[in-house]
Amino acid sequence: MNPGSSGKGQQLQELRQSTVRFAGDSGDGMQLVGSQFADLASLSGCAIRTIPDFPSEIRAPAGTLAGVSGYQLNFGGEEVLTPGDQPFVLVAMNPAALRVSLPELQPGGLIIVDTDEFTPENLAKAKYATNPLEDGSLEGYRVVPVAMTTLTEEATKPTGLPPSARARCKNFFALGMTLWLYDQPMQPLLEWLMRKFRKDPAVMAANAASLRAGYNFANTTELLRVHYRVAPGHLPPGRYRRVTGNEAMALGLIAAAHRAGRPLVYASYPITPASEILHELSARKEFDVRVIQCEDEIAAACAALGASFAGALGATGTSGPGLSLKTETLGLAVMTELPLVVVDVQRAGPSTGMPTKTEQADLLMALYGRHGEAPLPVLAPATPADCFPIAFEAIRLAIRYMTPVLVLSDGFLANSAEAFRIPDVNTLPDLRAEAPPPPPPGEFAPYRRDPKTLARPWVAPGTPGYEHRIGGLEKQDVTGLVTYDSENHRRMVELRARKVEGIAGDIPPATVDGPAQGELLVVGWGSTYGAIAAAVRQAQLEGHSVAHLHLRHLNPLPRNVESVLRGFRRVLVPENNTGQLATLLQSRFLLPVQSLPKVEGRPFLIRDIRNTIEELLRS
Amino acid sequence: MSANAAVSLPESPAPSAADCLRQLTRKDFQTDQEVRWCPGCGDYAILAQVQKVLAGLGRPRHQFVFVSGIGCSSRFPYYVNTYGFHGIHGRAPAIATGVKCANPELSVWVVTGDGDGLSIGTNHLIHALRRNVDLKILLFNNRIYGLTKGQYSPTSEFGKRTKSSPLGTIEQPINPVQTALAAQATFVARTIYADPGHLAQTLEAAARHRGAAFIEILQNCRIFNEGAFDPVADRARAEESRILLRDGQPLRFGKGGRFGLAIRDMEPVVVDLEAEPHRAAELIVHNVRSTSPALAALLAELEPPHFPTALGVFRQVERPTYEELLMRQIRDAVAKRGHPDLQALLQSGTTWVVE
Ligand code: SF4
Repeated sequence: MNPGSSGKGQQLQELRQSTVRFAGDSGDGMQLVGSQFADLASLSGCAIRTIPDFPSEIRAPAGTLAGVSGYQLNFGGEEVLTPGDQPFVLVAMNPAALRVSLPELQPGGLIIVDTDEFTPENLAKAKYATNPLEDGSLEGYRVVPVAMTTLTEEATKPTGLPPSARARCKNFFALGMTLWLYDQPMQPLLEWLMRKFRKDPAVMAANAASLRAGYNFANTTELLRVHYRVAPGHLPPGRYRRVTGNEAMALGLIAAAHRAGRPLVYASYPITPASEILHELSARKEFDVRVIQCEDEIAAACAALGASFAGALGATGTSGPGLSLKTETLGLAVMTELPLVVVDVQRAGPSTGMPTKTEQADLLMALYGRHGEAPLPVLAPATPADCFPIAFEAIRLAIRYMTPVLVLSDGFLANSAEAFRIPDVNTLPDLRAEAPPPPPPGEFAPYRRDPKTLARPWVAPGTPGYEHRIGGLEKQDVTGLVTYDSENHRRMVELRARKVEGIAGDIPPATVDGPAQGELLVVGWGSTYGAIAAAVRQAQLEGHSVAHLHLRHLNPLPRNVESVLRGFRRVLVPENNTGQLATLLQSRFLLPVQSLPKVEGRPFLIRDIRNTIEELLRS
Repeated sequence: MSANAAVSLPESPAPSAADCLRQLTRKDFQTDQEVRWCPGCGDYAILAQVQKVLAGLGRPRHQFVFVSGIGCSSRFPYYVNTYGFHGIHGRAPAIATGVKCANPELSVWVVTGDGDGLSIGTNHLIHALRRNVDLKILLFNNRIYGLTKGQYSPTSEFGKRTKSSPLGTIEQPINPVQTALAAQATFVARTIYADPGHLAQTLEAAARHRGAAFIEILQNCRIFNEGAFDPVADRARAEESRILLRDGQPLRFGKGGRFGLAIRDMEPVVVDLEAEPHRAAELIVHNVRSTSPALAALLAELEPPHFPTALGVFRQVERPTYEELLMRQIRDAVAKRGHPDLQALLQSGTTWVVE
């Protein structure tokens, strides 16, 4: 930190990164102010990574612990790879929000509370026996008590709105204080309010007044003498927007279908935490996105597969329980060799488990969870923005290899947001040529494969002269006629496997972040990317011989994975499951792997991984 | 690709237009696959009529798609020389819904059975009908599981003894026509394998209906449920055992239309017009377009020994199809938001530039 000064005896300190958490009741508008702050931080050139914390109940009683809604944002330079282990600033709009968020707060962290909400009734709802603002339990933190509701009501009086409506603007009061705290300008937000509440000038004025009041309060109060400037990152040049994983996934599917020149048929059944993909796509009909909200998970997979048979791009999204239901259809897709993309936004299981909590425990199901020998490609995005290229890649592989493709996202990626560098659409691969052209009708056979990719031709109904039948029964090689011939079955099992294995020659080799050889290699897949990358970089800065290998393709694995693994004395695999990739790597390459499991329904913290790295290097 | 264009493929020498338009015959719809049903199976008669009706619809072969699930009847697509998809158990209506949404121009047919369509796949059947996806759904009802060798099915009569119910079933059977009516199907009919004329006529009516068409086809499983539909199947007894539904006509059956059907206290009653000719005015006049499916549901329930079995179209009403509405929303979205611009989509919302 470099202390500076900014007039009136106030100090301005520089930070390389900072984590702030807005927490309140679900009706307090925390997601809104959190995401607005994220956009402001982005505008100032910072990298961002956010994570919301929604209540599990739809309408939890106000003021209760179950009703707390949080939005955590980490922003700063390139080292911002996760939403932050520990918030530096906590904005707590009521006692429940304080209670839920306090354990994660950094020691010495700053707490801004709305004292108006610390009533005996609310304290009881939050299960506080005594008022934490008075009983000394917050020693070790810097507490800024503010009568936020009262101050907001006063500041918004001129709008003429009733007091209850005015009090609802207090989230903007809190945001105003946070702006001052991080030396951010108010202007972009005031402009945003103008646009957002164009049709409701009184509400617009109230929110603006509240924002200014909060800012001015922070600027003048004796309680806050220091504020902070977070150094911007060095992001690659380009135009950016903020996306969650689910948004990026939906955009990736649309973009790929567009570049393939085919309609996207997205058939899905609502399920947490995948439903936002369904919502996003339903709102994009002008892109010829044909959304079918199906009667169940099985129908969704089947309708998507039927659509692919008919020449569209069939895709479906779900979470673990839904993937269980779709497995029979996946087998049919393997047998009929049709393109199909299945997105599994994993959540904590088994069974209904913890629907709003994240986990990565569907990996082995994705790889092996089908009856019969039914291999298919499995991909996993590393970050929210990475869902875009992964969705694109899934469709590319599905078309090029005529195969179902499984994408493993998870609850963390689905809801977490980061900056997404918007690609120039003309640079996106043209997928129209990926499907091999069918031969003339006379030479057509539904299972005559392209010699290079082993893909069978994709000829949709409606094409004259190519009438043919496919289905779930074993196919005769080339002709596709039904046969139970034993030698043919052996050959077809092998052909289907070889086709998927062959994809390894069509994907980039795995790259190692760090030395190619050394003491310890940390291997990850999916949403653990950020925490592992940050932990490994910290260890590297301290001079340790540690490297990071991240896998976006889980099946087939890039061809160099084995040689990379063999370059290190030890291998550590952190996963939000009990060691599924670790098991896979050990059995595949017969080398010892140390698993670091975390199955708590939460993503890894950087320090979870840091600590294990240090332990391993010491031992 | 425009929103409503048929899916196009890389160019390949296509058959000439003349080829597509020449008068097709039943033979054009046969495949070189050996038909594998048991000798004497009712499916043969159905296959023959379907092939014949397809040839008369004035559409080229490549525009037809047959989708099926699992069971004896579900082998059907292999024997029809069109596009075909032999799916998984019970899921044909869902697969077919995807086909139709991908390319609404196609004529999509679903072949299913009492086990496939009304046990494992009831859900999909009901929802395809409710949505009014323009599918022609043929449910072969033989009241038994054939392919798995003779267990009772959801349409087996109460008390039926089978391999899996040696002491008789303890389940009330489901009524396929009533199920379809309850699902608000826009076309619901019943016919029988043993009457090729009626079968063909019903298939053709379904084919010409715009929207979800459901036909229950009473079908004899020679091996595991021989004679399930005697006496309805028996031509000699047809006049007494069948009541043919004719739109706008009073419901009559028996030799020379001797009997009629009326309603008393919400129950159907048989009127003997020879004994009580004055009651002719009481007979139910069949109306396929009736707003309520209640009367149709009542007719669907008639069965021997007290009543004849009703055959024909129970209900035929008009409603926009699912895929029509789906494509309309797409066209409306294009009209409202303009031609899709991917770059603009990616850049929507708050964006910022890093230099
Ligand atoms: S088992 Fe019955 S339904 Fe199946 S093919 Fe044989 S006769 Fe036909």
